[in-house]
Parts: sequence; C-alpha cells; structure tokens
Amino acid sequence: MSKDKNERAIVVPGEIVSEDSSKLPGENTYKENGKIVASRFGVVDDLGKVIKIVPISGVYEPRRGNNVIGIVTDITFNGWLMDIDCSAGGFLPLMDYPRFVNKNDLEEHLRIGDVVYAKIMGVKKKGIDLTMKQRGLIKIEGGILIKVNAQKIPRVIGKEGSMIMTIRNATGCRIIAGQNGLVSIRGEDKDLELLTIKAIRFVEENSLTSGLTDKVTEMLTAELKRLGKKPQIVPQEESFGEAEESSESKDNKTEGDEE
Amino acid sequence: MEKSNINKQALLDFLKDGKRFDGRKENEFRELTIEYPVSNKAEGSVRVRLGKTEVIAGIKMSVGEPYPDSQDSGNLMVTAELTPMSNSDYEPGPPSIESIELGRIIDRGVRESKFIDLQKLCIREGELVWNIFIDLYSVNADGNLLDACAIAAISALKVAKIPKMDGDKVLFGEWTDKNVPLTDTMPFVITFHKIGNKLIVDPTYSEEEVSTGRLTIGISVGKEERIHSMQKGKPEPMTVEEVEFCVDEAEKKAKELKTKIDKLLK
Amino acid sequence: MSSYKKRFDGRKFDEMRPIKAQVGVIPNADGSARFSFGNTIAVAAVYGPKQLHPQHMQIPNKGLLRCNYSMMSFSVTDRIKPGPSRRSQEISKITEWALSSIVDLDRFPSAVIDVHIMIEQADASTRCAGINAAVMALVHAGIPMKEMAASVSIGKCDETIVVDVSKEEEDYEEGEAATDMPFTVLSNSKKISHIQLDGKTSIAKFKEAMHTALKATEKIHEIQVKALKNMGDIIEA
Repeated sequence: MSKDKNERAIVVPGEIVSEDSSKLPGENTYKENGKIVASRFGVVDDLGKVIKIVPISGVYEPRRGNNVIGIVTDITFNGWLMDIDCSAGGFLPLMDYPRFVNKNDLEEHLRIGDVVYAKIMGVKKKGIDLTMKQRGLIKIEGGILIKVNAQKIPRVIGKEGSMIMTIRNATGCRIIAGQNGLVSIRGEDKDLELLTIKAIRFVEENSLTSGLTDKVTEMLTAELKRLGKKPQIVPQEESFGEAEESSESKDNKTEGDEE
Repeated sequence: MEKSNINKQALLDFLKDGKRFDGRKENEFRELTIEYPVSNKAEGSVRVRLGKTEVIAGIKMSVGEPYPDSQDSGNLMVTAELTPMSNSDYEPGPPSIESIELGRIIDRGVRESKFIDLQKLCIREGELVWNIFIDLYSVNADGNLLDACAIAAISALKVAKIPKMDGDKVLFGEWTDKNVPLTDTMPFVITFHKIGNKLIVDPTYSEEEVSTGRLTIGISVGKEERIHSMQKGKPEPMTVEEVEFCVDEAEKKAKELKTKIDKLLK
Repeated sequence: MSSYKKRFDGRKFDEMRPIKAQVGVIPNADGSARFSFGNTIAVAAVYGPKQLHPQHMQIPNKGLLRCNYSMMSFSVTDRIKPGPSRRSQEISKITEWALSSIVDLDRFPSAVIDVHIMIEQADASTRCAGINAAVMALVHAGIPMKEMAASVSIGKCDETIVVDVSKEEEDYEEGEAATDMPFTVLSNSKKISHIQLDGKTSIAKFKEAMHTALKATEKIHEIQVKALKNMGDIIEA
C-alpha cells in the first residue's frame, strides 16, 4: 500500500492490504494465504475487524434501497422503462407511481425523456425494479441534469447531507443527487445554477482530499464575490428531498468522515 | 446517458440569455491545442484538442498511376473514423454514416480549396503521381468533430514532409525535408448548430444531442475568403437570414482559427 | 554460440525499451490508459459494464468481454488501409482471452464490457503494449479482478533470448533467425494468460524465454500500478 498525493491509500487489484490474519475480507477484497487482498481499484477502509475497498472509479452498481435518478426510455403496457446509467435497465411499474395511473394514460404522466427520482426496490437479473411511492420521490422538472462519477456521490452528498447543504446555502439551488451519479440542479438564477455545477465538479475532482468542505466554501465565497451575489441561505424546512439522502450517506459515510 | 427533456429545455433557456453550460458565449470556441507528431511513421501527424474533444490526423503518401481524368495531378483520399473508443455511442464495424459524411466534407474542403497543389504532386504525367492520404480518427468525442478534424487535417498537411524516393520506388520511413506543396488557402470547416432559434458554434456532445439543425460551412481563408463546401444536416430548416448569419460568422471564425494555427505551428 | 552478440539498439539482453504509462486519457471512457514500449504507443478505452443490446446476445449468467484492436493507418511506414484485417481480428481475440483470465465475468450477468485498443505508432510489440494499456484501463474502470496482468514480447535472435523485441530484431535472419514470443503474465499467481510463438526454437530455449517473461512482466506491473496510483501523470521508466 502506498499513499498518493491525495493523502489516502489507493490500492490496485491484487495488492495486499493487510497481513493481519484476524481481519475479515469486506467488500472488494478477498482472503488468500491469510492475507487480505484488494479486488478493485479504490481506497482502503479499515473498519477494525473488517477491511473493505471503497471504489473511486467505475460505473454505478445498483443496490436495493438506493435513490436514483432515471430517464424514461420507453413506455410499456404496465410501466416505464428507465435508463439509470448502469449495467441493467430500470423499470417503474405503473402501480409504483405516486398517483393513480390509468392503463391508457401512462404517457400523460411520464413521457420518453422525462426524469424521475426513484428508489430501487429490487435488483434482478432481468432488470432493476423502481418505485416512486415514498416521500421525497418525485418527477423532476426544470433545472439542469448532470452526470457525476457514481463513486463520488457520497462525497457530493456529504455526511448527513452536509456537502449538499454547504453548496445549497451558497447558491440557493435545489440539489437532488441520485446514487447512480445523476444530479439535478435547479435554481432561480442561471449563474448560480452554473456555480452549483462548478462546486459539484470541484468535489468530484478533489474527492480524496481532506478538508474538502473548507475548500469548497472558499471556492464558493470567491465565486459569489466575483459574480457580485450574496450567499442564498435556505431555511431547513425548505430543503426537502435532501433529508432522504442522509440515509444513503450512512452506507458510504467513510468518505464523509474526512471532514 | 439517455437524452433528457430537462437538458433540452435548460439549454434553450440558457441560450435565451446568451449563456451555455460551460460559460461560453454562442460564438465562442473552446480552447484549442495542437501537438505533433503523433506517429513518427507518418509523413505528418497531428493531435488536436478542442476542449475535451480530441482527434488525430495522419498523412501518408505513396505513388501510383493518376486517375484517367486527372493525368497531371496527384490523388487525394480522405477517410475518417468515429472510433468506438472515443464515445460509447460509436460502434465498431463498417464506417457509420457519420464517419463517411465527416470524411467527405473534409475531402471537399481540402479538394475544392486547392489547398494541396496536386499538380506539383505529379512525378511523370500520365504515368506516376503521388497519392496523398489524410486519415482522421476521433480519440475523445465531445462534440464538433467536424471542425476539429478540419483543423487537424490542415495542420497535419502543414507539418508533413515528402518521403524519399529511390528511382520510382518510395523509401517508406525516410523523408526529404520538402513540405507537401500547399497553397495559402486553409480550408476550415465551421459548423453551426441550431438550438431553439439560437445558433451556436463548437458544440459539446450534449449540445449536439439537443440541436435540431446543423449547417457546416467549408471556408478557406488566405489571400481571400472562399466558400468551398456546405452541408445542411438534421431535419430543422433554417431561414435565409440564419444561413447568411452563419456564412458571415464562418468567415470571422475561420480567420481567428488561421491566426491561432499559424501561431501554434510556429 | 549465438550470432547475436549485441543488440541493434545497444540494450542489454534483458533490458526493455523506455516505457511510458498514463491513466485517464479519454474522458468519455469509464477507464482508459496509454502505454508505450519505446516507439510503440497503444491507447485503450474501456466502457462498461453496461447493458448488452441486442438482448439475444446476452449470456444469462455471465458477462461478455468484447475486445477490439486496430492500428491507425499511419502508425506504420507502409499505410494500413482503415478497417479490420485478419491480423487485427486475431489480435482482438487473443487480447480478449488474455483479459478474460483476470476479469470476473460472473459478476455481470447479461452485461458487456467493451475494450477498445488502438495503436498510434507501431514499432513491434504492439499487441503487448495494447494489453498493458487495456489492463490499466480495466482497473481504472473499476472492473473487479483478483490480480492484474502484464504483457511483453520475448525474442530469440539465433540463440539469444532478448526482452522487448524491436522491429529490427523481428527481422533477424542469421542462424536460427528470429522467434517472436509475446507472453501475458498474471501479477500474483504468475500464471500465463496469453502465449504466442512465431519462429523456430528448441524446447529448452522456449522455457528460458518463458521464465524471462515472468521477470520482465514484474517490472511492467510496477509501472502500471504507479500510473494508476498517480492518475493522469505520465509515468516513465
């Protein structure tokens, strides 16, 4: 193992991450000859008894319970086919839409190209089952949709949603970050929407750096000054949607711990 | 990622204010860099970056018989490949219509502008002439491959050297210090994309995906400006004013690019 | 006694040409890398795992690894007509097999991982440079694997075993002439995932070549790892 310029131990597949035979192989590792070996490119997360590798690259791996952003690609007789930008397609049954949908009216509710924030109910070989029947899951309208590397989303969200809140309190834009890397940004001011994108890209590129929140705040302050705008602090009650994200960030809190 | 209705609308809204997602204005090109050579086996080869779009142009030469209707001229052939490595939307296999169109548009520009003095590439009239191949490859496709490939083709021709010959045989891998005979008329290609009722240059891939109309203008700049080729693509029609606007803008952009290239290839 | 006593370019028999490696060279790809042995430059891009269309090509309990290798027309002195050749198709298949040994395809049922390799400049050992770039690209793309792989061409000029064959050495004609042996070796298990041989050799000399490959690929592996840990930097050796 070696530390790279980003201050976290990055390992490659085949690399020995621990010679301690009492440790258990967690995600993206395997045990061989009493040693724990990495099976994926990423950073080591030593949780005490278990060692796992947190990926820093690669496509999204769908998990039950994740909230994702999907784009409608086709309409069938009983639901909508979705692209959630991973190795399997998503499917939203009409029963799982938050309103009553008549079998003939699917297109009235969601057309091809529409965007939704949905939850993964199940990951099967034939596809990924989605639902929107939960508070906070909505059809996304307006704003801009960007694609971020899915492995960096926990950092973009931050511990208990802290990074999103930091950005939001500067730009006033509503941010919905899907675990699959798609992020929806919507605000009243185009320059602030662009600044939000810039801040998210900054987090994505510097995801392994410590003290990231301070660096992002610094960047946002400088940019707001340059644009001649004031920070747009958002009252807590108005930040809907983000409360759901904190349950996601629990699975991935290890990267947020660096704050 | 599939196309979403959101970004289509967002781009339209932004353009109404003259803004684009990367902060550029409608008539602004991304940062241009040129590196060469790419291959020391090529007569000339150049790597061009326009923002994140990256393309390579390579020049190879050989000798052969002239075509029956141009007994006193060298032969020019331009091919292009939109490589699968440059974008997940490009599939391996026979050349796609996009690849074919790109190659033909660049070919028309180079050929009609007479940028290459093909007659000077004649060795013995009716018997032996130089064949000059321009092969274009995309390395990372983030929009505007056409304009980037034109820049690459022009630059590669400018830095290329003619191979040595032993009698009538080409000594591949050995070069004279003679350049390919070129005239002053650099054949650029400037493509305009219509989004809503706005016209933008140098689109990124996602801007291209939502544009409804496209007009490519092959224009050479040198002692004088001349239009050598035009191609309207995608279904949305354009007004006469829009076409005139494009032609006027193309001249400005081509002149800017010529200045940039002259500086970068110094 | 071998007639090949000194290498054409002055290298030691077990010395490779200068190597350059860089990860993350194609932003659109899920993983990408460039690798060169001297003047041979290969670039690789990986897309996936992703949905495989058309559906009838999907394998229900396993993923598919597709590999496509091609050379840019101007990468060689005598222009290659664009399009697949029999040689490039064979190399694509060999590369697919070499890489399938490390990628755990059971993890991606019905999905596909596409590996694209292009040679920008060719000076012998193109398939090995391609495999080295592809392995880095696969790792960069986050594809799970138990170990990595490295590839090198071992040559025999008359009776002399050399590492990282040059173009001139491929054309050596004296004595038993030139035998070209590209190998791909897995980094931990030291198993061989790709062997080819073209020439004339005794069994003993072949075994010597194979053992030489084991050592040489260790050095290549170190460079691949350094390039991955210093993403974006050009690592030279």
